[in-house]
Amino acid sequence: MRTGEALVMAVEALRVNRLRSALTMLGVIIGVLAVVILVAIGTGAKNAVEKEIAGLGSNIILVVPGQVGLGAAPTQSRLDLSDVAYVRRVVGDPSKVTVAVNSGEPVRVGRTEVFATLTGTDQYLPNVFDRPLRRGRGLSATDVDTRRRVAILGAEVAGKLFGDLDPIGRQVTIAGVRFRVIGVYETIGSTFGVARDQEVHVPVTTAQRLIGLPRVNGIAIGASGPDEIEPLQRRVVDALRARYPDEQFSAVTQTQLLGTIGTVLSMLTGVLAAIAGISLLVGGVGVSNIMLVGVRERTREIGLRKALGARQRDILGQFLIEAVLLTTIGGVVGILLGVGGALLIQALSPVPASITWWSIALAFGVSAAVGVFFGVAPARRAGRLDPVIALRAD
Amino acid sequence: MTVPVTAMPDDGATSAFEAVDLRRSYQLDGVSVEALRGVTLTIGQGEFVAVVGPSGSGKSTLMHLLGCLDRPTSGVLRVGGVDVATLDDTRLAELRNEAIGFVFQSFHLLARTSALDNVALPLVYRGVSRQERRARARAALEAVGLGHRMGHRPSQMSGGEQQRVAIARALVGDPRVVLADEPTGNLDTRNGEEVMGLLEHLNAERGVAVVLVTHDGEVAERARRQIHVRDGLVELDTGAPAADGEAR
Repeated sequence: MRTGEALVMAVEALRVNRLRSALTMLGVIIGVLAVVILVAIGTGAKNAVEKEIAGLGSNIILVVPGQVGLGAAPTQSRLDLSDVAYVRRVVGDPSKVTVAVNSGEPVRVGRTEVFATLTGTDQYLPNVFDRPLRRGRGLSATDVDTRRRVAILGAEVAGKLFGDLDPIGRQVTIAGVRFRVIGVYETIGSTFGVARDQEVHVPVTTAQRLIGLPRVNGIAIGASGPDEIEPLQRRVVDALRARYPDEQFSAVTQTQLLGTIGTVLSMLTGVLAAIAGISLLVGGVGVSNIMLVGVRERTREIGLRKALGARQRDILGQFLIEAVLLTTIGGVVGILLGVGGALLIQALSPVPASITWWSIALAFGVSAAVGVFFGVAPARRAGRLDPVIALRAD
Repeated sequence: MTVPVTAMPDDGATSAFEAVDLRRSYQLDGVSVEALRGVTLTIGQGEFVAVVGPSGSGKSTLMHLLGCLDRPTSGVLRVGGVDVATLDDTRLAELRNEAIGFVFQSFHLLARTSALDNVALPLVYRGVSRQERRARARAALEAVGLGHRMGHRPSQMSGGEQQRVAIARALVGDPRVVLADEPTGNLDTRNGEEVMGLLEHLNAERGVAVVLVTHDGEVAERARRQIHVRDGLVELDTGAPAADGEAR
């Protein structure tokens, strides 16, 4: 028997029991739908985070005290400005190294007060991070050397404090100390939930005096190219370990950050897909069940077909194609609904959803495989029926 | 299958069935029950034979063996000269498809399928193209006088008509022999008469051997040869062909 004939027969058999076929497909539809949507959401989240990391700038190495890893406790920093100078010597190009001191502080203008992230840094920050200015200027060497009380506001801080007014040259009060606004950053969004538009940048020396600690939280190095990242990272960490044999230092690159976060999010996506896969499996069990009922109901028909010359493989093929047809039609419907659902989620909610071709191909492949896997047992049963007994069945 | 197969003379083409000491036993709750206890018979090409016997006599078992739906426990069965013991299940299915046409008491038509497609069904398993299948099915339906009913479904036809569709289906593959199991059992006298007339006509016109299984003496009377089966043995064979009909 030709495959085309078997296909026609299978379509006919599914048409005869329309409601039953539709309900059986529903199990597969829901499973595939869940896989497509959940993978789209997982992938969307991963893409969004990766975009945020890439938005920091390119080829950045972050040097922080202690061990960096998921679940590691934040470590009290031992680094100070002399260490920054040391790292600058190790790197060779001082302009490729910048520094950060962070503290949450209230920022006030008149009666308006906002809570901002105060970041003490230096004139080299723009060489390492992508931080375009909307207005005014960045920090200068003199600002840092003479501990000037000047500030560059993040876009959101500027908007809240000054509204439509131009903040350049005006006064803000940070932790009770007056600063002069010299610049405003462009809106750049957030990274890892850190709202970077809520930052206020001041000279690192000024920040240390304000906070009362001579420490720095981290050193950032801009490598000149992707190939330079790894050797530079190793050189800096080795140099710091040589200087402080009892201390731990970590240098994190964007690539590592992307790798770590990407792995976590991929795992998350995988777990979501696996959970959805379970419902696909349940759908497959439903297909198997219904196929067994079908074989039982059609025992006489199977007996007749065998008497008329159907071979075991003809009968097996007929029922297997029926099962695969059930799951692949269910799969296609599930994919269409899943893609539609993902687009809807994308459009109507802040959850990012990204449809990937591999998830669609996988969903289709898996649903076809489910049909084969769960169809084989009933189809074999049908194929092996003894025609004499089958013909007598009622 | 335990009986050694001897070299066959070239009479394979002249006999539709050749059974030698055919036995079939079933296991029922661990007890072996012999339904056929050694049947030896030959049915020639173009014969019209009735297998008669009360229920439980083994005539259905004999028909299943002759129809290659079942295999003997021992003994030799040749269908068209081919020893069925040498065939695997696939080849046996192909032999059924090519050599044998079935007519059943309860018609066994596919309910949601037109008369034409019901008749064409055996050709599907022969790999015949759709176009040719339809042409041959049409011709077969015309031969049984149902040329005007091709698009009808079984439920839209009378019992007699349904059985004629089944006969057309049995004939469409040009078999060597038609096995009819109580073909008139579910029909009234008039329709039964019609079906019998059709089988006789096809036997005479086309030379198709007809083996009729029945417990109805009146129906059996119409066959030229009657084989009476009782307790799994041939009790009486009214007209075994002279050439190879001698009891062994």
